Amino acid sequence: MPTMTTEPSVWRDAWVVSAKDLRIEMRSRVVMNQVLPFGLLVLVLFALALGPGRQTLIGAAPGLFWVAVLFSSVLAVQRSFSLESSDGARDGLRLAGLDPAGVFLGKAGAVAAQLGALEVVLGAGVVVLYGADVRSLLGLVAACLVATVGLAAAGTIYGALAAGLRVRETLLPFLLLPVVAPVLLAGTRAWQAALGSPPGAAGGASTGGGDPWMGVLVVFALVYVSLGVLLYGYLEEAA
Amino acid sequence: MVPAVHLRSAIALTGRFPALAGADLVVERGEVVVVEGPNGAGKTTLLRLCAGLMAPGGGKASVLGFDLFKDRGEVRRRVGMLGHASFLYDDMSVTENMRFFARAARLPAGEVEAAGERLGLVGRVGRTMVGRLSAGQRRRVALAVLVARRPELWLLDEPHASLDAATRQLLGILVSEAARAGAAVLIASHEPEASLPLADRLVGMSGGRVVSERLLSAHHDDGAVSAHHDDGAVSVA
Amino acid sequence: MSGMPDVTAGETQPAMGDRGLRPWSERTVWVVRILGIASLVGVAATVWLGLWVTPPDRVQGNLVRLVYVHPAVAWIALYVAFGTVGVASVLWLWPRTRSSFFDRLAASAMEIGTVFTGLTLVTGSIWGKPTWGVWWAWDARLTSTALLFVLQLGYLALRRVPSDPESRARRSAVAALVAALDVPIVHFSVLWWRTLHQKATVLTPTLSPKIHGIMAWTLLLGFVAFTLVFFWMLAVRMRSASIEDYLDDEGMDAALEERWAEGSSIAAESEEPAAAPVGTLVGAGMPATVKGGEL
Repeated sequence: MPTMTTEPSVWRDAWVVSAKDLRIEMRSRVVMNQVLPFGLLVLVLFALALGPGRQTLIGAAPGLFWVAVLFSSVLAVQRSFSLESSDGARDGLRLAGLDPAGVFLGKAGAVAAQLGALEVVLGAGVVVLYGADVRSLLGLVAACLVATVGLAAAGTIYGALAAGLRVRETLLPFLLLPVVAPVLLAGTRAWQAALGSPPGAAGGASTGGGDPWMGVLVVFALVYVSLGVLLYGYLEEAA
Repeated sequence: MVPAVHLRSAIALTGRFPALAGADLVVERGEVVVVEGPNGAGKTTLLRLCAGLMAPGGGKASVLGFDLFKDRGEVRRRVGMLGHASFLYDDMSVTENMRFFARAARLPAGEVEAAGERLGLVGRVGRTMVGRLSAGQRRRVALAVLVARRPELWLLDEPHASLDAATRQLLGILVSEAARAGAAVLIASHEPEASLPLADRLVGMSGGRVVSERLLSAHHDDGAVSAHHDDGAVSVA
Repeated sequence: MSGMPDVTAGETQPAMGDRGLRPWSERTVWVVRILGIASLVGVAATVWLGLWVTPPDRVQGNLVRLVYVHPAVAWIALYVAFGTVGVASVLWLWPRTRSSFFDRLAASAMEIGTVFTGLTLVTGSIWGKPTWGVWWAWDARLTSTALLFVLQLGYLALRRVPSDPESRARRSAVAALVAALDVPIVHFSVLWWRTLHQKATVLTPTLSPKIHGIMAWTLLLGFVAFTLVFFWMLAVRMRSASIEDYLDDEGMDAALEERWAEGSSIAAESEEPAAAPVGTLVGAGMPATVKGGEL
């Protein structure tokens, strides 16, 4: 019979689910082979739309990076839940006896890991394609780490929310993107500070103004991780 | 001891359609019950409701003493289901799938390996990606997971479909063993002949309700009606 | 449903009378009626005071008259409606207070709130055109309100996806909470985004410090009137929502009877002779499916 200890098992369950999702990604490489190229494609399309002017591109680079990350995160979340929808796996996962909070942390963790890898490549893409130069690598990485946690958490909540529905593909971006708008704002500002975008474009944000943005990212991450831990059990019950 | 399944006028909705429209059913522990009925009678919904996968839309419903209106999570970790879908991940091997579900259910490592061995899922088959398996092989993997979890209630939806003769026979043995160990077994089938030798009771469903019920004395050599003792054990001749 | 053959005579007949719609009590009807009259009178008085009695502003001229509408409408949209949705959603999620009443309350408040958010955007934009010279100046408050509007539309879209009532209520409550907690984050980040980007070069539509007595009273009356309108609309919308639920219940009764009939016709053909019919066992007193509450 399954043991009923709940307290320490949340993290264990999270690890079990994360390992499963990442293992499937290692095998199928859907995120690496499809979502990542899509993100790069978005960067290229922006350049085509804005024109080849170096100044324009460098000024817009932080924002374009985060828009590409947001779009890719929608796809990553969709993938994370589509692998649960094949052959009734969602029911299997619900029957598996895992703690709902653990499932949430596990799935969000796997999404965060994939988004993190994606951000490294997209970040390099911004430097190479747009010619942005890095002033503070630490600033870039810190903003990415915190923002990714928030994005993955909010994405996983909405992924689960839409999971049982037939219209999930169209509903998910509509629900998710406005909610993660603060991540776009704060991430862009933090990156502007760290990339040293032209002061004209960055405005007052470049000196000392970067601070509230890390705050926004941290609050966003905390709010959505806690909401997910609290509410995921409710979503698992929705037929 | 409370019955394994206790439904009273239970309703279950799929969308807004009452797939289960007021079903009454009591299954005692240690009992094997076969549910028969035509397609669309509500058999699968009955099993999904008992598995805690859907919320009842009315009536009274409890499984293993847990109210299905409130404690579906508790129910889900105590039942085992073999459904139309195998609940497996295509991009993991047979062994990896079995290990995942074993770790999720906090089973000792040996448990699932023993079950896998019993169902012939070792060696080359164990390393095969589930996506490349045939329907019958997938069911065998799902069955191994179920056996390893030792659920208190077995919910088998058309268990004989796509299984070969040897596996069918093994399934029969596994079901009898589980029932002897005190688990309740609910088998849904639209052609119950294959399951009848195992069953204590045959229940007919149609239109989302239980419409007939028959004790199967043939199963017991002495012709006695299966007695449900309070400790949940069943005397099998 | 009267034409349906009743298979197990009498026993399966659901008790139609004791569920479904409970009509408004005489008192409720009166309260809502008075609320309606009060809100109409309040709005009429606001219009009269705002357009004819109060003086034009020295800087903004007649444009200042929007101050009697826009902030009041925004107050309903951002605080009253969203607050109601948030509280109702929490009460639905809390197992002890779970009831379809709170699901209806959240849905109704969100629908009306969305209308008010739309009005906020329209009035704000109308105000912005002469003030800033453009319809949309990416003002901090308007921008965060626009994001809120999209969140609300998302909630309403989610509700329209076909699902069983329980799952829909569940998803909606979670979506409402997730969106509600986003509102302050959006608000502050957009505010900083705006103020840090361009340091107050735009003329923000705030009141001039010298405000006439009658203007203050009109402003206050506007807030009261629009709050009354909100709650009146909410009451009426809740009533129609409960009628919708009642019709769903009716539909469910019909669906159940249809389902039974389908069963009995097949059972009559295929039942094995050895099987003992257990008609007496089945469905003695059908349960209430979904309770349609009052209001």
